[in-house]
Amino acid sequence: MTRYIVRRLLQAVPLLFVISIVVFLLMMNMGDPIATMGGRSATRPADRLRLKKQLGLDKPLYVQYLYWLVGNDWAKVDMDDDGIAETPGRRKGVLRGDFGTSLVNRGKPVLKLIGERLPNTLILMLAAEAVIILGSLLVGIYSALRQYSTLDHLMTGILFVGYSMPIFFVALLSMYLFAVLFKRWGLPYLPTVGMFDPKVGKTASQVLLHMVLPVLSISLISFAAYSRYIRSTMLEVLSQDYIRTAKSKGLPRREIVFIHALKNASLPIVTVIGLDLPLLLGGAVVTERIFAWPGMGRLFLDHVSRADLPVVMGIIMLIAVAVVVFQIITDVTYAWLDPRIRYD
Amino acid sequence: MAESALPPATIGTLLPDELEAPPLSLSQLAWRRFRRHKMAMFGAAMLFILFLYSFGGAFLVSESFANFTNTPLRLTPPSLEHPFGTDTVGRDLLARTIYGGQISLIIGLTAVLIELFAGIIIGALAGYYGGIIDSILMRITEAMLNIPEIFLLLVMAKFFGGRISNIQFLGRTFSGSVVVIVVIIGLTSWMYLARIVRAEFLSIKENEFILAARATGTRNLEIIFRHILPNSIAPIVVAGTLGVANAILAEAYISFLGLGVQPPTATWGNMLDGANNYLESAPWLWFFPGLLILLTVLSINFLGDGLRDALDPRSRTV
Repeated sequence: MTRYIVRRLLQAVPLLFVISIVVFLLMMNMGDPIATMGGRSATRPADRLRLKKQLGLDKPLYVQYLYWLVGNDWAKVDMDDDGIAETPGRRKGVLRGDFGTSLVNRGKPVLKLIGERLPNTLILMLAAEAVIILGSLLVGIYSALRQYSTLDHLMTGILFVGYSMPIFFVALLSMYLFAVLFKRWGLPYLPTVGMFDPKVGKTASQVLLHMVLPVLSISLISFAAYSRYIRSTMLEVLSQDYIRTAKSKGLPRREIVFIHALKNASLPIVTVIGLDLPLLLGGAVVTERIFAWPGMGRLFLDHVSRADLPVVMGIIMLIAVAVVVFQIITDVTYAWLDPRIRYD
Repeated sequence: MAESALPPATIGTLLPDELEAPPLSLSQLAWRRFRRHKMAMFGAAMLFILFLYSFGGAFLVSESFANFTNTPLRLTPPSLEHPFGTDTVGRDLLARTIYGGQISLIIGLTAVLIELFAGIIIGALAGYYGGIIDSILMRITEAMLNIPEIFLLLVMAKFFGGRISNIQFLGRTFSGSVVVIVVIIGLTSWMYLARIVRAEFLSIKENEFILAARATGTRNLEIIFRHILPNSIAPIVVAGTLGVANAILAEAYISFLGLGVQPPTATWGNMLDGANNYLESAPWLWFFPGLLILLTVLSINFLGDGLRDALDPRSRTV
């Protein structure tokens, strides 16, 4: 097993390289980062040139990539235009854990920026994932037990609609219903945007209240795929011999379904969850934008539009690493749960 | 009709062969199964209506009317004159959903063509040749799959954005961003298809008829495109159909975020850009385009589901 994990990790290295090179190339020509540096934008050409040198933007592409990857503290930069490189570089490079500093929020380390937003995205996404798993287990098991019943058909229909919904439409509809209309009807209504009411402050109950609508929207979209999946694996397992044996032994139905069948039926679902979790890291860019949730998705959106290469690269590499790690964790968990599967 | 015309007494004198109806061809079987699928038939009918709405509607209202700004009339609620209301600069939303629908549907269909082209070529080469070609192509596929699609779309939309000037086509002016969006959606969505095609090729190329083709000296390209590809068409058709829905959704997402098709060219997606600022004051602004996207995607998904059941050769129900 250890050998398997090591091999998978080694295989992931070239993959991450490919990703970083592709995204790095795409991030070039995104516009002039110096022009988007915010309030203190440099207007004099001489200043712009100096800034460009400071940030290493005057170097050829492969040098820029190299500096991003391994840093430039071993090289010297020519800052005063006399043809002699004298100022030592200060970047350490991604390989040594330095993702650089944001160009837009000048001087702020990328990791710190991400670190500030990551928890916000995580609470939103983990809550949504929990709702999805619990809800789809209920719906999936029910539909499997009462296959082709009216409720099964009804739920299939609703889930199909949910699956086909663009997330902004769900979000806008739910905001309109639960915030605007409820307010108009004099019912208790939910807040729509932000993470907390600035007048009250960032308390747990405020955050919880603001989470309801985004979590609802995210869950509705992914709900369909999960519960369809659980329904079909459950149906498959329920028709197997050992379930018939359990039935003929006279075991209570509840025990058969929830202990004997669910255990085996939930195996493939582990894979789905494992592959979905890291993608949640990126957050639903659109959801965070609509609900003005200060998470990673919005961070990405704000910085990609201003050509902030270090931040964008940082977020994408982080997600890529998370995907790789979660894939390995999923495979290992799968082998651990299902002794029939062996990796060598 | 011929059978029913026979008098009942003669049935006994017929040979057993003549009693049986001619066997149905695969496509006839598929069509029978598809027709039984109520949801799929509903989806097909709905799609027909939506196409009629956006392409037939063009004969009733002109594009200049759809792009006509009339600021004094901004944000008027739905009325007889403007059944869907007007937007923030006073354009008629009904006319814009018609012309926006054309662009959204065209983007969906053409992006899938690119997706099919890339996915089939990459999947076929990887599956047929195997070895080093397979590993390189599959590593690239995995790398693309490792980044969430929306991130790639945003980066690419920014990368290619604003480089193509307006294009004239059929006497109309389209924003160059339409082409950009089609290309980037195609380029970010071929991975699953490539995997499906590769898997099909891996299993089909082991068949005897491929061995026979090779033994008679058929060229590799001919084996790929004339012998293997037609045999793996069913999953490709299904993936392509569902791909149209995904492409329409993807266009809606990036246009919603303001990086997609640029106004005045309308799409259902960019009509929603900024609409969340008018959540309370002008719900018609986002309701109609959103509903049309939902209906389109839903119908395509139903259609794809029906096709999956109908084209499955293992499915025995007739």
